[in-house]
Amino acid sequence: MEAITAVRRRGFLASAWPWRGLAYLVTSSVPGALVLTVGAAVLLVGGTLASVLAGLPMLAALAFAGIPVAAFERWRLRLLDAEPIADPHRTPDRPGVGGWLATRIRESATWRELGFALLLAVVLWPLDLAVAALGVAFPVALLTAWVPVLSGGRRGLWPGFAIHTPGQTLAAIPVGIVLLAAGAYLVTGMAVARAALTRRLLAPRPDEAARLLAEVTGSRARLVSAFEAERRRIERDLHDGAQQRLVAVATSLGLALLDLPPGPATDHVTHAQQQARQALTELRELIHGIHPQVLTQHGLPAALQDAAARSPIPVELTLTIEGRLPAAIEVTGYFVVCEALANIARHSGAARAWITAEHRADLLRLEVGDDGAGGADPGNGSGLTGLSDRLAVVGGALTLSSPPGGPTLLNVELPCPKPAPSGSSWPRTAR
Amino acid sequence: MSETRSLRVVLAEDGALMRDGLTAVLARFGHRVVQAVADAPSLADAVEAHKPDIVVTDVRMPPTQTDDGLRAAIALRERDPDLPVLVVSQYIEAASAGELLDSTAARAVGYLLKDRVMDVADFAEAVRTVADGGTVIDPEVVRHLLSRRRDPLDRLTPREREVLALMAQGRSNAAIAQDLTVSAAAVGKHINNILAKLDLPPDADAHRRVLAVLTFLRS
Repeated sequence: MEAITAVRRRGFLASAWPWRGLAYLVTSSVPGALVLTVGAAVLLVGGTLASVLAGLPMLAALAFAGIPVAAFERWRLRLLDAEPIADPHRTPDRPGVGGWLATRIRESATWRELGFALLLAVVLWPLDLAVAALGVAFPVALLTAWVPVLSGGRRGLWPGFAIHTPGQTLAAIPVGIVLLAAGAYLVTGMAVARAALTRRLLAPRPDEAARLLAEVTGSRARLVSAFEAERRRIERDLHDGAQQRLVAVATSLGLALLDLPPGPATDHVTHAQQQARQALTELRELIHGIHPQVLTQHGLPAALQDAAARSPIPVELTLTIEGRLPAAIEVTGYFVVCEALANIARHSGAARAWITAEHRADLLRLEVGDDGAGGADPGNGSGLTGLSDRLAVVGGALTLSSPPGGPTLLNVELPCPKPAPSGSSWPRTAR
Repeated sequence: MSETRSLRVVLAEDGALMRDGLTAVLARFGHRVVQAVADAPSLADAVEAHKPDIVVTDVRMPPTQTDDGLRAAIALRERDPDLPVLVVSQYIEAASAGELLDSTAARAVGYLLKDRVMDVADFAEAVRTVADGGTVIDPEVVRHLLSRRRDPLDRLTPREREVLALMAQGRSNAAIAQDLTVSAAAVGKHINNILAKLDLPPDADAHRRVLAVLTFLRS
């Protein structure tokens, strides 16, 4: 927590921390007083109406009162702590109010938050306000005692003690300064302690945090696999539709050319056929980028060879992969290598590159290297950031080593169980 | 090689438009599609029923929509090693070409991109070459193979590389001469140089030379 270290540093009194601490303590009264008054009102009205049943839903709603209070408290904590507290609640099992209620009522976080709200309403906010008053209002009262005294009045400090004379007001000023400095420490210290208590009560428990992480990972994996399914669907639609129709059109034009006498018509048809040919080539490249057939049909080694053959820079391949790997692993590995090869061709100035792929002991290891200029920066829009996200979904990781002057080495590891026996094997390795 | 010989063709293609287009092209060159089917199992039945002169098949077909046509072609050749098969595909893959060449000993076999159908005369010639026992390999496959063998190929002149690529596609000497607008004698000289530079045995038989070149490129 930053505030704790700030207290020990020189210059603390001149920093923003005492003010932040004060703001934290004072704003505590907003939810505190609100819960106290609204809660008391609902208890009173609901309790009265309970005999006619109308009050029961109102009382039941109180059980969820902790949720908004806790959400506000977690948000308010940012005054003191840059690290946010995660929401301990999970996504409701089904949509709608019923699903929300059913999920929340079974969560221990809901009841923990209700407890916190009660504690806040009864103990914490009066305490926060008292400490703020003691730390700030009392020294300020001392420092400003001369204002009422000069106009002939007095400044009462506590019952039975007041400042009456100008001499007393003068003496009160240094005392006030010392107390104000002490108050800054008191207020910030209290705020830090109070924030720690909030964090302890409102942060997700270890099991909740693990569940949240699993939820996020699961939803990301679902998103990626839905994305992949969509890509395959688009590929299939283009293959069955536009691609076939274009070949048919171009073939009809080819047949027409056989029977046309030489002349302007022949030129037009030839031109039209050229256009169709170009469109087909572009369409095929597009489809290849969406989801390459060679990967579906022949697996990763053949697809990597295909990628190497497409590279404008000579690529040496060393592949030690037997059989087929899970589809998600193949697709991820393939696109990582393609992106790496594209980067090499675009930025590295390399004369040659190499790909090593090795599958052993439930791990697929890919290395893409080049003898280029090095100095590749993964953060510099190289597309590698997107790739490490993609890798993370299948539990993989990526490391890049690219010293200035090269060589650049991209290493990828993908956890991957033993593959199914191979159907096709040609060609297994190539240079 | 008789230009007038009419071939009896079994055609397998699941897209109706493409099926009609192929049938029209074959008919235009005097061939007869005795049966056109739309999936791999029917292809085997049709070949059994008609004993055609050649099979022309798509790769991606029902039932699995992956490489059923290729599998069916390979299976047909295992049963009848003399049955000419021409495989056309929307995508060209060196791996598929390799499987096809391995399982057919590169005899009476062809593997072409579907786009080649639009060059109807060339396509008709490819059909005839395969039916006559020759080999037709798509230029894309050859390009892929050439890109894998850089070192020994660097010894060839650019013109020799062009000739090599056309040889690997299964083009005859005459066709190569026509494509490059040079004399047949010049093509023969290039071929001898290529075979010498790649340590391949000189051979008078054009088809055996094609096989030697393909074997070399794929090794």
